[in-house]
Amino acid sequence: MTGRTMSGATTHLDTVEHAGQSPDTIQPWAELGLKADEYQRIRAILGRRPTSAELAMYSVMWSEHCSYKSSKVHLRQFGDKTTEQMRSVLLAGIGENAGVVDVGDGWAVTFKVESHNHPSYIEPYQGAATGVGGIVRDILAMGARPIAVMDQLRFGAIDHPDTARVVHGVVAGVGGYGNCLGLPNIGGELVFDPCYQGNPLVNALCVGALRHEDLHLANATGEGNLVVLFGARTGGDGIGGVSVLASETFDEKGPSRRPAVQVGDPFAEKVLIECCLELFTAGVVEGIQDLGGAGLSCATSELASAGDGGMAVRLEEVPLRDATLRPEEILMSESQERMMAIVRPDRIDEFMAIARKWDVEAAVIGEVTAGERLTITWHDELIVDVPPRTVAHEGPVYQRPFERPGSQDALQADSALALPRPKTGDELRETVLRLAGSPNLASKEWVTAQYDRYVMGNTALAMPDDAGVVRVDEESGLGVAVATDCNARFAKLDPYAGAQLALSEAYRNVATAGATPLAVTDCLNFGSPEDPGVMWQFAETTRGLADACQVLGTPVTGGNVSLYNSTGDDAIHPTPVVGVLGVMDDVTRRTPSGWRQPGQVIYLLGTTREELSGSEWAWVTHGHLGGVPPKVDLGAERLLGQILVNASRDGLVDAAHDLSDGGLAQALVEACLRYDVGARVWLDEVCERDGISPFTALFSESVARVIVSVPRTEEVRFTDMCTARGQVHARIGVVDSPDEDATLDVQGLFSIPLTELRQAWEPLLRNTFS
Amino acid sequence: MGRIVVDVMPKPEILDPQGKAVAGALARLGYDEFGAVRQGKRFELEVDGEVTPELLGRAREAAGLLLSNPVIEDVVNVSADESADESADDDAVVS
Repeated sequence: MTGRTMSGATTHLDTVEHAGQSPDTIQPWAELGLKADEYQRIRAILGRRPTSAELAMYSVMWSEHCSYKSSKVHLRQFGDKTTEQMRSVLLAGIGENAGVVDVGDGWAVTFKVESHNHPSYIEPYQGAATGVGGIVRDILAMGARPIAVMDQLRFGAIDHPDTARVVHGVVAGVGGYGNCLGLPNIGGELVFDPCYQGNPLVNALCVGALRHEDLHLANATGEGNLVVLFGARTGGDGIGGVSVLASETFDEKGPSRRPAVQVGDPFAEKVLIECCLELFTAGVVEGIQDLGGAGLSCATSELASAGDGGMAVRLEEVPLRDATLRPEEILMSESQERMMAIVRPDRIDEFMAIARKWDVEAAVIGEVTAGERLTITWHDELIVDVPPRTVAHEGPVYQRPFERPGSQDALQADSALALPRPKTGDELRETVLRLAGSPNLASKEWVTAQYDRYVMGNTALAMPDDAGVVRVDEESGLGVAVATDCNARFAKLDPYAGAQLALSEAYRNVATAGATPLAVTDCLNFGSPEDPGVMWQFAETTRGLADACQVLGTPVTGGNVSLYNSTGDDAIHPTPVVGVLGVMDDVTRRTPSGWRQPGQVIYLLGTTREELSGSEWAWVTHGHLGGVPPKVDLGAERLLGQILVNASRDGLVDAAHDLSDGGLAQALVEACLRYDVGARVWLDEVCERDGISPFTALFSESVARVIVSVPRTEEVRFTDMCTARGQVHARIGVVDSPDEDATLDVQGLFSIPLTELRQAWEPLLRNTFS
Repeated sequence: MGRIVVDVMPKPEILDPQGKAVAGALARLGYDEFGAVRQGKRFELEVDGEVTPELLGRAREAAGLLLSNPVIEDVVNVSADESADESADDDAVVS
């Protein structure tokens, strides 16, 4: 016990023995975010007071972010409502780092979306960059090669003075990290709304591909197996709240102010990816886990808890960037680009040789042990001795009270149907242009041009098409499509329906690209769970999403919950971002969102109802949010999906674009501008059939609708298929010539040259931010 | 004419990928006596006339507001550059 060579000013080491002898020591549990009963529970579990290192571990692992203590009771539905049939496509599901979906031919795909909201507001560039880095490591930890990323960004009002600061940093951070990694960014979302002013949302999604036999799980089994920490060195970044502990308990000189943000190094991550993939191929890894939030505390306790239960760690073996770090800080550090592996002793030399080859630092820091304790020593002194399940998986679970807000009735009663509408052709024309140039519908090119969309050469579709499509198998052309969506205004008006509408739209986008939807990931961004109104939104959202997933047969494979997204008492709109992954046999059959061939006929699939509440039109032209969102129709969505996938497979459609924000008007604008090819459109038949006005036909946001362009030679086969299956369809136009005076012509109402349309649609973001 | 020098460094706890890359390159070139490298940045602000305490105060303010990102960087030095006058015609002077 004399080998202590700690540097720095530490005078006491709070050992387990010392904790046993000093039960009355006052500990800063409240400053670390624990409640009194939680602290008492830790004492009961251990039969003594926790050491400061144990307190640090429990506090961070029992935080909302790591323990899901407020959301867990609701998230259970995602498992409970998943049927055996839905489960049959899953190789791994919720609880693992990410869900893994069988896509056929021995291939599997893993995908997940996560939030990095709060760090991105404090330090937009690094917050967004490390958000990308973190989700990529999650995917890597499943044994998969990351093949694409997407980002879902929500900012405050476009003209607010603080918005540009956040937008510049976040977009550059997403691009900087992803581009340096050499991963294509194939799409995402970009939304501006005042509700995100003080609390922007930065979600990041990653997709990875693997062979079935390469699947790796995060568990530590096999007594005597070694625990290896590899990648970047551990530094004092991202420690945040734990500095409270260090300063309050030990340091009389005052708080050391450890920064709560981390700086990422994408080049280190790129090397780590290649190193991991070679380790997997060599078969030298028994179990693996990435280090993200809660760092070593999380990795050690989760690996042990999911495995045999026993692990002994020698903390002084952790390679440090800063030799003055205290043991508590080493346990909490969120330094980026680190992984932890479980390796058999007879394979460790091979492991180390591969790590050396990639210039990745690796250190054996412990081993799997018999028994069910996680022990951590610091120079032979025992500072942690806990049952790992109590840290990682058996944290507190809250049944938070929830109640429908009293204001909800008034909100729903305030329908957009009462708003004044454009009537004449000229008024409609002006509205089309105004919407096309509004913040949420204008071209996103200024953002997506900063991302590398085609690196690796497997991207078949990316922004601005409906879904991102990447090839998985370069021989057969097998590939996947991913889309994410969420209209938070709908969720605000009715969270149950809003969640279903998010799924409905993402499902439709994937099918529109020509892929069969298979599985779901979600990132649930909400306000404070301590507000019963917010908790009601959350409960309704999870119920709605789980119910809808059951109907569509697409299981939730994993995701993330981000709570406390509010400024003062004002919560963000409930924002359940839903990602859908689909598979297609051959990505060369993908369907793009714009038409190209003059003379092709344009069909509108689906029925239009008078649904304007929560719509882009109501928001842009009247600043109005009220009423009830469009009716959910999952049956229609599923039928439409089948039609689109079959049409793509049989070559019946050349272009398809989904109708969502901005309705048919915006879909026509985008389909024309995609390749600068005009169209002549007539609405009389649809208006008569659905009993609606031209205005409603253009701007309603009813679900389960797309426009497609059909080659004349395939028209009969296409309409026969629609008729046979009962798909509502109407011929609404023809694709026009692509010459200079190409126009979008809506007969009898208005005509807009594409040059004018582009002038309205294209420049907003560029003019605002560059 | 006076000159104020502002030095900004990444906070000590924060990862410095540039410094790390430089340290690796130095070792590869045989300069293995330098264990670690951290890379910051230096600003030179020119002022009319002498550098006064007031001007230093203004520079300190600007350093906190614009020249550094206080979330991840520290301003480690704001001072008058004494060599400014002699070296006015020699930009290559190394301080």
